[in-house]
Amino acid sequence: MRRPNFLATSTFRLALLYAVLFGASVLVLLGVFYWGAERALQRQTSQAIEAEIQALQERYRSAGVGGLTQAIVERAQRPRLSDMLYLLATPNGQALAGNMTAWPEQVRREDGWLLFAIERRWQTGETERSEARARSFELPQGLLLLVGRDNRERVSLRRFMLEALAWSMAAIVLLGIAGGLLLSRRVLSRIDAVARVAEEIRRGDVSSRVALSGTGDEFDRLAETLNRMLDEIERLVASIRGVTVNIAHDLKSPLARLRGRLEMTLRADAPPAERSAAIEQAIEEADGLIATFNALLSIAEAQSGRSNAEMAELDLAALVEDASDLYEPLAEEREVRLEIRAQPGACVTGNRQLLFQALANLIDNALKYAPSGGTVRVWAARSGDGPELGVADQGPGIPEVDRGRVLEPFVRLDQSRGTPGSGLGLSLVDAIARLHGAVLRLEDNGPGLTARLVFTRAGGAAAAAVAPAP
Amino acid sequence: MRILLIEDDATTASYVERALGECGYLVEQAADGREGLYRATEGGFDLIILDRMLPSLDGLSILAALRAAGVQTPVLILSALGQVDDRVKGLRAGGDDYLTKPFAFAELLARVEALLRRKSASAQEVTRLSVADLEMDLLRREVRRAGRPIELKPREFRLLEYLMRHAGQVVTRTMLLEGVWDYHFDPQTNVIDVHVSRLRQKIDRGFEPPLLHTIRGAGYVMRA
Repeated sequence: MRRPNFLATSTFRLALLYAVLFGASVLVLLGVFYWGAERALQRQTSQAIEAEIQALQERYRSAGVGGLTQAIVERAQRPRLSDMLYLLATPNGQALAGNMTAWPEQVRREDGWLLFAIERRWQTGETERSEARARSFELPQGLLLLVGRDNRERVSLRRFMLEALAWSMAAIVLLGIAGGLLLSRRVLSRIDAVARVAEEIRRGDVSSRVALSGTGDEFDRLAETLNRMLDEIERLVASIRGVTVNIAHDLKSPLARLRGRLEMTLRADAPPAERSAAIEQAIEEADGLIATFNALLSIAEAQSGRSNAEMAELDLAALVEDASDLYEPLAEEREVRLEIRAQPGACVTGNRQLLFQALANLIDNALKYAPSGGTVRVWAARSGDGPELGVADQGPGIPEVDRGRVLEPFVRLDQSRGTPGSGLGLSLVDAIARLHGAVLRLEDNGPGLTARLVFTRAGGAAAAAVAPAP
Repeated sequence: MRILLIEDDATTASYVERALGECGYLVEQAADGREGLYRATEGGFDLIILDRMLPSLDGLSILAALRAAGVQTPVLILSALGQVDDRVKGLRAGGDDYLTKPFAFAELLARVEALLRRKSASAQEVTRLSVADLEMDLLRREVRRAGRPIELKPREFRLLEYLMRHAGQVVTRTMLLEGVWDYHFDPQTNVIDVHVSRLRQKIDRGFEPPLLHTIRGAGYVMRA
């Protein structure tokens, strides 16, 4: 068997999909967090700038330009406020005090804020480019004051977020793949077990079955269903094989007789009368074979359910009347009393031809086994289970253990070996019953056999074919 | 009487052709569906024997085409498909009778004769039937032989009526089951024979000559 490509298994693909989905959700989470943090940071920056401006304005009001200049110089030197920007400049942009060398160029304005790029040089000699955000206003003497803050904090926040994202993504991918591998290997091994059994059965070992883990999980349930299906298939295959063997056996002897008779007609010394008698017997044998095949085809047709198209509403009582009319003389000749009970109103939906044939087969059987002087009862009635057709004789009956078996094609009980018949009669009745959703019940008539075709309302599919004797 | 046989199996065709020929029928054969339909529409046949499974055009299509074209020649369908449904389909498509393969020639002949007879007899409504000195009055439901009344049960009356309507022709057991009881299956017991022998007791016993004859391997015939 082909070893499945691990990366192509559906479990692995599912695990991968799961990892991708989980990664996306982490991405969204971090994104929202970043957005919120950045806004908070910006608000904080704005507040800090506003507070500084207010403080500086108060200083200007109380101590004039000198005081303001001094305050700016002081502030610009405080290392704690190194991210703050201060600039006091002349109206033409020349710096008077503060930690900026000149009035910024290329300023963007946004809601009263100035946004511009700056380059800061530290004592260590490094330069750092960043973006600044500031407010400016004009003092009464025409001097310009600018207070701002650079966005180094935002940059470091972004860097932190990106790092966090990278690490968590790596972890998710690793965990997802490892989990997927683990999970798919577990599931695959169970599926492989099922595939192995299927392969064994394909190779001819029909007794192979899927092993259960005993946990009763989904795989066990699947295995149980498969095993039940395999049991049913094995049973059907065996029964088909049995039927085939029976057909071969049952047809071999008439064919052998046919062949013998034809050979006899070839003998030159046979008198013409003997010859034509042999030919007539050969034709009879052939007719018997044809009848057997017709019965087999009828059974197959009834079993395939093809006759559904010709179903119509009919009264079983009418069928019983017809059967009585047809069989009365035959029964009389065999010295059997035919007792008819046709209760009108036992209506079913069915195929009149097939149902009559079923009833005729049952009556044929009953007349065959009924002792001379006995009674065969035929009825149509509405019983508790639904409408029914029944035939009861006082013959030898069928032992309870054999009642299921006699419905199979070609099964004839030892006691009936000596009587004519193909062993297909009851099989056909059973097949016709099933076609109509009815059940053929074989029961004890004490002595004799009662055969009942019961048209249960629920349909016969679920009911047992053979009911125990009442 | 000209019969068109549309049948692709050469063995069956030559056997039917020869046997019907011996009985005095003129049989023409078509081995393929299209040819069969063409010959059938040309007309001039008293009966068409039609196989269902044919090359180029199947039997039921031929039948439908014939009936659609207004050709009313009686058609006997011959088929290996012998189940109840096949039969119903064939008769619904416009067939006049249906015979399943393999068949006994006697059965085929009996059905062919019945169809040909029906064609000529259907013109006028009969109220009286008679064979030799046996007379049946269909209106008064009375049967007399040599002037003497014979009591028959309703089913015996219908059986005798069927036999008398087909007087001079062989009727088979399955034809009787179909014609008198309206059921189509192969009775495995001699149930029909018992009916016929009872009827024979009533109409032939004490009279000469016997009218109801058994034809071995075929069926029965009513004749003087």
